[in-house]
Amino acid sequence: MDTERLLAQLLCQYQDTPGGLLPLLQAIQEDLGYIPGEAVPAIARVMNCSAAEVHGVISFYHDLRTAPGGRHTLQVCRAESCQATGGRELEACARDLLGVDFGNTTADGVITLESVYCLGNCACSPSVRLDNDTYARVDREGLAGLIASLRQGAEDTA
Amino acid sequence: MSTRYFVPRDATARAVGADAVAAALASGVAEHNHAEIVRNGSRGAFWLEPLLEIEQDGKRVGFGPLCADDVPAILALEAHEYATHDRYLGPLEQHPWFAAQQRVTFMRAGLDDPLCLESYLARHGFEGLEHAVHLSPGDIVDEVTRSGLRGRGGAAFPTGVKWRTVLEAEAGQKYIVCNADEGDSGTFADRLLMESDPYQLIEGMAIAGVAVGADRGYIYLRSEYPDAWQVMHTAIAKAEAAGYLGQDICDSGRAFHLELRLGAGAYICGEETALLDSLEGKRGVVRAKPPLPAHQGLFGQPTVVNNVLTLAAVASIMADGAEAYAGLGSGRSRGTLTLQLAGNVRHGGLVEVPYGCTLREVLDTFAGGTRSGRPMRAIQVGGPLGAYLPESLWDTPLDYEAFAAAGGMLGHGGVVVFDDTVDMAAQARFAMAFCAAESCGKCTPCRVGSVRGVEVLDRIIAREEGARNLALLEDLCDTMTSASLCAMGGLTPNPVRSAIAHFPEDFQ
Repeated sequence: MDTERLLAQLLCQYQDTPGGLLPLLQAIQEDLGYIPGEAVPAIARVMNCSAAEVHGVISFYHDLRTAPGGRHTLQVCRAESCQATGGRELEACARDLLGVDFGNTTADGVITLESVYCLGNCACSPSVRLDNDTYARVDREGLAGLIASLRQGAEDTA
Repeated sequence: MSTRYFVPRDATARAVGADAVAAALASGVAEHNHAEIVRNGSRGAFWLEPLLEIEQDGKRVGFGPLCADDVPAILALEAHEYATHDRYLGPLEQHPWFAAQQRVTFMRAGLDDPLCLESYLARHGFEGLEHAVHLSPGDIVDEVTRSGLRGRGGAAFPTGVKWRTVLEAEAGQKYIVCNADEGDSGTFADRLLMESDPYQLIEGMAIAGVAVGADRGYIYLRSEYPDAWQVMHTAIAKAEAAGYLGQDICDSGRAFHLELRLGAGAYICGEETALLDSLEGKRGVVRAKPPLPAHQGLFGQPTVVNNVLTLAAVASIMADGAEAYAGLGSGRSRGTLTLQLAGNVRHGGLVEVPYGCTLREVLDTFAGGTRSGRPMRAIQVGGPLGAYLPESLWDTPLDYEAFAAAGGMLGHGGVVVFDDTVDMAAQARFAMAFCAAESCGKCTPCRVGSVRGVEVLDRIIAREEGARNLALLEDLCDTMTSASLCAMGGLTPNPVRSAIAHFPEDFQ
């Protein structure tokens, strides 16, 4: 389905939902991978608010993005329980292995590196989340293995 | 003779390899007849995950922690040979780690497929709701008040008082909102409950709806919990189909509609008024109180906002009576306390005990020492806004008032253990940096104070004019504590001040 039709359909679906702006934005991102700036005026019109308000909501939430991310998202937990079990080293290791800082995507477009503050996996820290899967007691080797398998997968499908 | 195998589907169990164990099991038992593989919830002993339990002739025993390669050898054993396996745990209820607990809210956790409604009913599920629909709203609220239940999200506000306020508010529309935005590091109790016993939360919310006259409820679930989302989403649909939610719950003629909403990665949305704004589709910005949410909450209507564990506890209170619940605990902290052992511990997991035992007793009984094998040095209790406690304070009884008197807070029950390699100045700096990253930005002490806090701590860490900068930091903490709009800015000084007070050597 093209972007315009998809947007129209989602706008129709959420316009009468009480408090529907955030779920609408999440649904757009779920389908498109990000929220295109061009969509903001239509969102504002249908949800009966200003474009500034829509921008305000998008920019407030860490999950929402206005540009495409990588094919995969790697979140490294940077909160206390993971810090207590080598999380700070793991953060540095993720930067090293990917060659990008948090909030950025690798040059090949495969992986976006993000911070996360707690995955609720604290009994088996440190943790990372790769797309919708969480991994526990992750060390340098484990992280390197995960990243290598993503790169391999990207090459295979290329 | 039929055999049932249980391998948890819980997020942490999966994170340590439960899916591979389940797959090995599926290929191993394929040739056996009368074998059933159940993906149950976790019991919360995450250090034993992946756990495999085998039930034969009404007897259920466990093995763990396992990897997929262990499975064929276990399947090859006859029942009388199980105990010879080096990962044999026996019946889990009799395992010392569980026998020393008192499970109430987590009584059913890990026993069954969390989505199996028949299993929930067989273990006295929905008895609390069936009882409640025959009572007047005021009687339900009285029962909850008598139980002594206090909010489990961290603030420990008496639940009955909150419900009474909403019940007495006059409005055409009222709401029940479940705060499932469990953002504190070191906590996973809400996640475990939703993934292992979702109907208990649904039941508690429906009871709350009947009690205060609200026919609509929302669960605000954080996006970091995709497994919990799946389970709750399906559980709500099944509960609706079975008549426990919807237009006519339990044939009572009363309606309660429940909707699941997803957060978007903002810690501050765990604060109840920011959560309400987020549910309204806006930026998750903290509201000034008053008005209280009980008077003007979601969409300006009277709203009960309770934590997952608070609402879940209501189900057992209505089923077993207020007295049974109030009979547990110490002082003004009634019922059971859910602690989550996290960070650098060997035996991490969820522990439910009566209030009043000490932190040291809990650690000695359950934690099994540090995973690194080094001595424990600091323990942060109550999440990122909780104090770092040195060993001299570990004998503090675990109840709200005693912990507050010791300068700490129980919060949502997270216990994060650090060994002696921890740098407390770095932890203090992180507390400020986290506040700066997650502040909603509405009030200046939090928004600007946290940024200044990071800068001052950087100078302290660089050993620049230590005494002067420590005095400046103290002054800044004072401002944040007394002038912030909510607990985010107001409590961030807790970890900072406690680190300085109890571990001064790290700042010199």
